[in-house]
Amino acid sequence: MSEARLMQGNEACAEGAVAAGVRFFGGYPITPSTEIAEYMAVNLPKVGGTFIQMEDEIAGIGVVLGASLAGKKALTATSGPGFSLKQELIGYAAIAEIPVVIVNVQRMGPSTGQPTSPAQADIMQARWGTHGDHPMIALSPWTVRESFDVAIKAVNYAERFRTPVIILLDEVVGHMRERVELPQAHEIEIYPRRVPDKTKAQGYKPYTPMEDLVPNPADFGTGYRIHCTGLVHDETGFPSGSPSITEQTIERLHEKIARVQEEITHYDEFFMDDAEIAVVAFGGTARTAYAAVEAARSAGRKVGMIRIMTIWPFADSVMRNLAKRVKGILVPEMNYGQYVYEVERAAAGQAKVVSLPKYNSEVFTPDEIGQAIEELAAEVAE
Amino acid sequence: MKDYESLFRTNRLPHIWCPGCGHGIAMKALAKAIAKLDLDQDKTVIVSGIGCSSRASGYMDFDTLHTAHGRALPFATGIKLANPELNVIVITGDGDCMAIGGNHFIHAARRNIDLTVLLFNNNIYGMTGGQASPLTPVDKKATTAPYGTFDRPFNPCEVAKTAGATYIARGTAFHAAPLVDLIAQGIQNKGFSFVETLVQCPTSYGRRNKMGSAAAMLKDMSETVIPLAAYNKLSPEERNGKLPGGVLHTDIFPEYAAEYAKIITRAGGDKA
Ligand SMILES: Cc1ncc(C[n+]2csc(CCOP(=O)(O)OP(=O)(O)O)c2C)c(N)n1
Ligand code: SF4
Ligand SMILES: [Mg+2]
Repeated sequence: MSEARLMQGNEACAEGAVAAGVRFFGGYPITPSTEIAEYMAVNLPKVGGTFIQMEDEIAGIGVVLGASLAGKKALTATSGPGFSLKQELIGYAAIAEIPVVIVNVQRMGPSTGQPTSPAQADIMQARWGTHGDHPMIALSPWTVRESFDVAIKAVNYAERFRTPVIILLDEVVGHMRERVELPQAHEIEIYPRRVPDKTKAQGYKPYTPMEDLVPNPADFGTGYRIHCTGLVHDETGFPSGSPSITEQTIERLHEKIARVQEEITHYDEFFMDDAEIAVVAFGGTARTAYAAVEAARSAGRKVGMIRIMTIWPFADSVMRNLAKRVKGILVPEMNYGQYVYEVERAAAGQAKVVSLPKYNSEVFTPDEIGQAIEELAAEVAE
Repeated sequence: MKDYESLFRTNRLPHIWCPGCGHGIAMKALAKAIAKLDLDQDKTVIVSGIGCSSRASGYMDFDTLHTAHGRALPFATGIKLANPELNVIVITGDGDCMAIGGNHFIHAARRNIDLTVLLFNNNIYGMTGGQASPLTPVDKKATTAPYGTFDRPFNPCEVAKTAGATYIARGTAFHAAPLVDLIAQGIQNKGFSFVETLVQCPTSYGRRNKMGSAAAMLKDMSETVIPLAAYNKLSPEERNGKLPGGVLHTDIFPEYAAEYAKIITRAGGDKA
């Protein structure tokens, strides 16, 4: 560990990305994400990396995808309106299998909404924002220190699975300052991008899936002369109109993530041993929820908490098992109710799932969550 | 000089273009320009957007990138900045470059980043069946302008100039031989280079506008585009319906990737 520092969530996220090897940032300013761009503008050139402010958020993701194809680990950061603009090219990254990390420091919408109040209302957009079928990895940290760790995980996953990875920060965590001790460089595990396993003479095809179902397209400029497209393509990388190749492609894109689902599902359990009620929360809301659960515990309530870091892929088995362990599940989130529908689906009637939405542009108070815990406890006791 | 035919992925041919389409002529001129300059095939990247014109990238034997509609320039910018030793060439259409990609176009030109942008201008949205583009002249018919277009088209070379491009040229599919040189000079310019090439789309544009065969459309071009010096001698009335061709503008201005390299040095990152 290095010395303790007072750091902001956005700053920790940016520093984590650089620690994970990010050497290219492109983006467009938008509160509450701008500190990430500003950090990159100062620090990337110090490590030989590149920062560019683009003309809009579409260009922001386009430029990082180009840089990634040319061999650089790359990241862009934005907030609600900009996240909407990036959606088409997130899908491009998914089908062309280009490693990229997109940070969305969520703010209240729709549209300009209530700028720049906190929200967690882009949960479903992160999953389904781009058109067509595609898998998605989205991670949401709840502390400043974890913003650093999540950035490293996101970069590693993007590189390893050659897929877009979204970091869902929220205004609370992004703008909060905490005392953190960051790991030293040698304590950080970095996934190096794979290089082609064969030469062209040996019959190399850039989109042949390896054992892990992830292909090995060569970086541009390394002599392989590959073709990259957003059209459905076969192993050669060139477009194919074949229904069977189309079907296989869509299946493989999903399967390469589905098969590592357990490994990439990160969450914490608190006070769960004898819990009859569980609060499921993430991001800034999880901080308030923790305080409420702790208070309810001190008052003798059998309540526990699951804090989710991996928002997508959805933690299906965690929630399925949870529903078997408890009588009631409370899902507070700073939106009109999004994540709760997935919890409800996984619980499949085994436990009572209650939504606690908040969409008035303010964060939860511990009392609000505490009161909802009491109400749910009374309900399931009946 | 390299054989330009060796720069194609012959196993990807024949191409998807209609008989008489001008895109192939413009693509061949690019291949000849690359052969003439003897660019390293492994250090040259061709980036395109979406449209009939943008299909050209797939036929050329380089690292090639077929992006999304209008977005070739941001991708190309990322490639160039990530690895400035690469020659980055962009192929785009009039819709791709001047409508959906217009914002990227002016900003890439403003940065004077070392890209060579080839606009295959057929004055129409070819791929989607003949809708009007921002480069469709007034009084032409398109599926979305059934009574004729009335909004003013852009002059893309003038847009490029105002935005800061440091090399601008206009050629045509008719003047195929001089086009090779116009493109080659663009590639050699260390900065943002723009070459507009007029090409015929007999299928989605010519037919609807009763412009005759592909050959007749080429003949029209041969009369429309005249050398810049000759154009400059014409009176304003005589210029009506004519366009200047050849190298239209050059300028000297610091190139973006080279300037950023200086930032890295200043920040100490060259030793990192
Ligand atoms: C975001 C988006 N909008 C619209 C389209 C549909 N589309 C595909 S090609 C095209 C126009 C292409 O015209 P141009 O760039 O002039 O190329 P051409 O086919 O004429 O060579 C359009 C509108 C698309 N693919 N993506
Ligand atoms: S529609 Fe027009 S631009 Fe497209 S291939 Fe046919 S002739 Fe060429
Ligand atoms: Mg066109």
